[in-house]
Amino acid sequence: MSQVAKEPIVQSQAISEAERAQKGWRIQTAMLRAYTMIIALLVVWGIFAYLTDGVFLEARNLSNLMRQTAVTGILAVGMLMIIVAGHIDLSVGSLLGLAGGVAALVQYSLGWGLSASLLSALLVGLAIGALQGALVAYLNIPAFIVTLGGLLAWRGVVKGVTEGRTIPLSLESFKAIGQSYLAPPVGLALAVLAVIAVAWLNVQRRRARIRHGLQAPSGTEMAVRIVLPSALIVGFVVLMNSYAGVPIPVVVLLVVALIGAFITRNTTFGRYLYAIGGNQEAARLSGIDISRHVLAVFCLMGLLTGIAAIIYTARVGSASPDAGVLLELDAIAACVIGGASLMGGRGTIFGACLGALFMASLDNGMSLENVRDYIQDIVKGAILVAAVGFDMFSRRRG
Amino acid sequence: MENEAPLLEMRNITKVFPGVRALDGVSFDLRAGEIHALVGENGAGKSTLMKVLGGVYPYPEYGGQILIAGREQRFSGVRDAEAAGIAIIFQELSLVKEMTVGENIFLGREPRRFGVVRWEELYRRAQALLADLHLPLDPHTPVRNLGIGQQQLIEIAKALSHEARILVLDEPTTALTEAEVETLFEILRRLSRRGVGMIYISHKLDEVFALSDRITVLRDGKTIGTAPTRQLDRERVIAMMVGREVGEIFPPSERHPGEVVFEARGITVKDPAVPSKLLVNDVSFFVRRGEVLGIAGLMGAGRSELLMAIFGAHAGRVRGEVFVEGKRVEINGPADAIRHGIGFVTEDRKRFGLILDQTVLSNMTLASLDRWAGHGITDLDAEIAVGERAMRELRIKAPNVFTSVGTLSGGNQQKVVLAKWLLTTPRVLFLDEPTRGIDVGAKQEIYAQINRLAQEGMAIVLVSSELPEVLGLSDRILVLHEGRVMGEFKRGEASPEAVMSCATGHARAKGEAAQI
Repeated sequence: MSQVAKEPIVQSQAISEAERAQKGWRIQTAMLRAYTMIIALLVVWGIFAYLTDGVFLEARNLSNLMRQTAVTGILAVGMLMIIVAGHIDLSVGSLLGLAGGVAALVQYSLGWGLSASLLSALLVGLAIGALQGALVAYLNIPAFIVTLGGLLAWRGVVKGVTEGRTIPLSLESFKAIGQSYLAPPVGLALAVLAVIAVAWLNVQRRRARIRHGLQAPSGTEMAVRIVLPSALIVGFVVLMNSYAGVPIPVVVLLVVALIGAFITRNTTFGRYLYAIGGNQEAARLSGIDISRHVLAVFCLMGLLTGIAAIIYTARVGSASPDAGVLLELDAIAACVIGGASLMGGRGTIFGACLGALFMASLDNGMSLENVRDYIQDIVKGAILVAAVGFDMFSRRRG
Repeated sequence: MENEAPLLEMRNITKVFPGVRALDGVSFDLRAGEIHALVGENGAGKSTLMKVLGGVYPYPEYGGQILIAGREQRFSGVRDAEAAGIAIIFQELSLVKEMTVGENIFLGREPRRFGVVRWEELYRRAQALLADLHLPLDPHTPVRNLGIGQQQLIEIAKALSHEARILVLDEPTTALTEAEVETLFEILRRLSRRGVGMIYISHKLDEVFALSDRITVLRDGKTIGTAPTRQLDRERVIAMMVGREVGEIFPPSERHPGEVVFEARGITVKDPAVPSKLLVNDVSFFVRRGEVLGIAGLMGAGRSELLMAIFGAHAGRVRGEVFVEGKRVEINGPADAIRHGIGFVTEDRKRFGLILDQTVLSNMTLASLDRWAGHGITDLDAEIAVGERAMRELRIKAPNVFTSVGTLSGGNQQKVVLAKWLLTTPRVLFLDEPTRGIDVGAKQEIYAQINRLAQEGMAIVLVSSELPEVLGLSDRILVLHEGRVMGEFKRGEASPEAVMSCATGHARAKGEAAQI
């Protein structure tokens, strides 16, 4: 064996034999979670479609559902990175209320323009994210405590600056961010661009694998990898266009999610977050500056909260003192339903976004059915616990 | 005497961990009122044997029989062992610091009436126990206010409150002052007169000879011998402990050390918990290109702390200077150390080395990720190529680079840690207990890698508790005792006995002139 092992070609074939057998099994277990989630989502959709005589699946409602997903989804992208690093942020609901309140106030009371009010929301989010991150990273105060304090304090600040009143938005352009749609032809054009990008990325990847002497994907594999996402993209845009076009908040969510996925999968920053959450000591001894990364991830969360605040406020058309109450829990639930571990080191952006869609589907479907408010809360709570329970159960067996 | 069943008899105990036979047919017995010392190198199987006795590894996770007063016992857990009168005081004390002495003694067994704790009763009984041990302590004192020595005695009081007839003490004196050791010994002798049997595990042979009635030596999971203490002497016990032929396991290696690559001067490390205590006291050493410098010493000698401190990863205050290739370098954290060409295969791979539920690949590239990334953007394919090459070179047995590292055997996990540091292309490589807890075959592969690296010109600093390993691999050996350099040996000059005497603080090295 040792003689053979010296021969690289033979060896790599030996590996790829084992690799194929093992990979099939691995893909089963790793993808099982994603599949389970997608199936669970489809089951829930099926139930609602049946209960509402198909109203749930009409283009108008799906468009609405997607728009509802946007705010939770954007928050879930940030929350996922926080959770992967082994932390938590309970303050995002209150912070969203504050950033939205500030954006509304500066245009209503001070008469600021569009870009200034957008920037004000983003800066409020970023500054507070940085403050909380610094307390966690450099003073070692547990994130749970810092952001629990934030949950209370920032809500207090919102009530203070709005004096308890609802502030209307005066800029129509601002409202448009939450309420308007991408013109159907523009949506289609973007879809075509996305399809080209998918194909190009796959070809690049194949070239890179060949350059590094690794096994290149086969023709059918390439075809599946290009056709499947392309069909999803085009189908989605056509569906949205059949109502009014892709809602702007959904476009923002997609961009945020793509960037988030890129950060977590393709940057050293993202990889270090997983390492820190997986084993902080090992990460530190590997030369990773833990504090800097924790600070950065809280800054990112703050910035994303600012973006979510803009969309939330624009969609509602005004900033009320209790805007965003309990949104942090939706975001955390989305991550956890999407397979993230609160112990850190585990979770994906894709899963978190699916989780957000799942939560929004429950809200949307139950509202269509006129399910009473309190029952909605009970159902959502039970499903969250059941999802994690199921995950723990399947993990122990696997 | 002969026909009377001993207090405790362990017959033919075998315990196998995945890939390692930790205990291989060990037999051991203990008489009432006897102090029986159990000695052996680290990894000889002492702690495993005691964990079998204490029910930590319940029946039938081990092979063999445990008899107490002639009756076979099959413990299904720690509680069973306690009920049978066995109390084990481990090296890491298990007291709850925020509770009082009395609460700790009766933790989980508080005297109760209708579920309500009867505090007067509890403290009265605690007081009686302490008085019995001649300990002038108020049972209301919070444990955190006590020194380590007193905490140790509280553990003994706790054991006695269980009416323990068999008391196991695992390295009880490591953290004690001389006066505290005396108090402890007095109490142990008093217990012995009352018929309590004691198993005393220690590296410190002086103590063993001062205290014990009989000595049993373990090596590589086997009983080497048991004899009355008065029939033995230090040299004989050390010979039994080290025993094996070094030449067999270690491949001969041609090395030609070159210029000095790394030097540390006057490294002093304070204990972060006790600032007045020095974990490492003014240690200096250097290592050349293509040379293996072994650092020997017993547990608590300051070996790991020395390396951690140089690497910028120690919590306590550190003083001293570090030179890489003749240039003084400032190291304020592991990132600095890595940048200056220091690699560090840390001890305890599960705690410090690996992220167990991540892949082989992400573990391998963790410390060198920015090399395979441009402007912070990773290149997975480049990583895979690098990872697969490392897997081949180090012969890591895993289905592929995406296998979760936690599913690999200990030896392969250790190779992944080694790969991680080799990928940082270090100029000097620190290895801290690189073969702890892996089987003999995997050890030999690690040894072969160390030889290969040294031949290719790597400077290596090797810390190991396994003396044969240090002797078999090193060109020079530095011996630490209580944070200080006790001696330095050249390859060939060092005998296991001489190094062990040095490490136990018994004798300084003869060739002290050789010290630089």
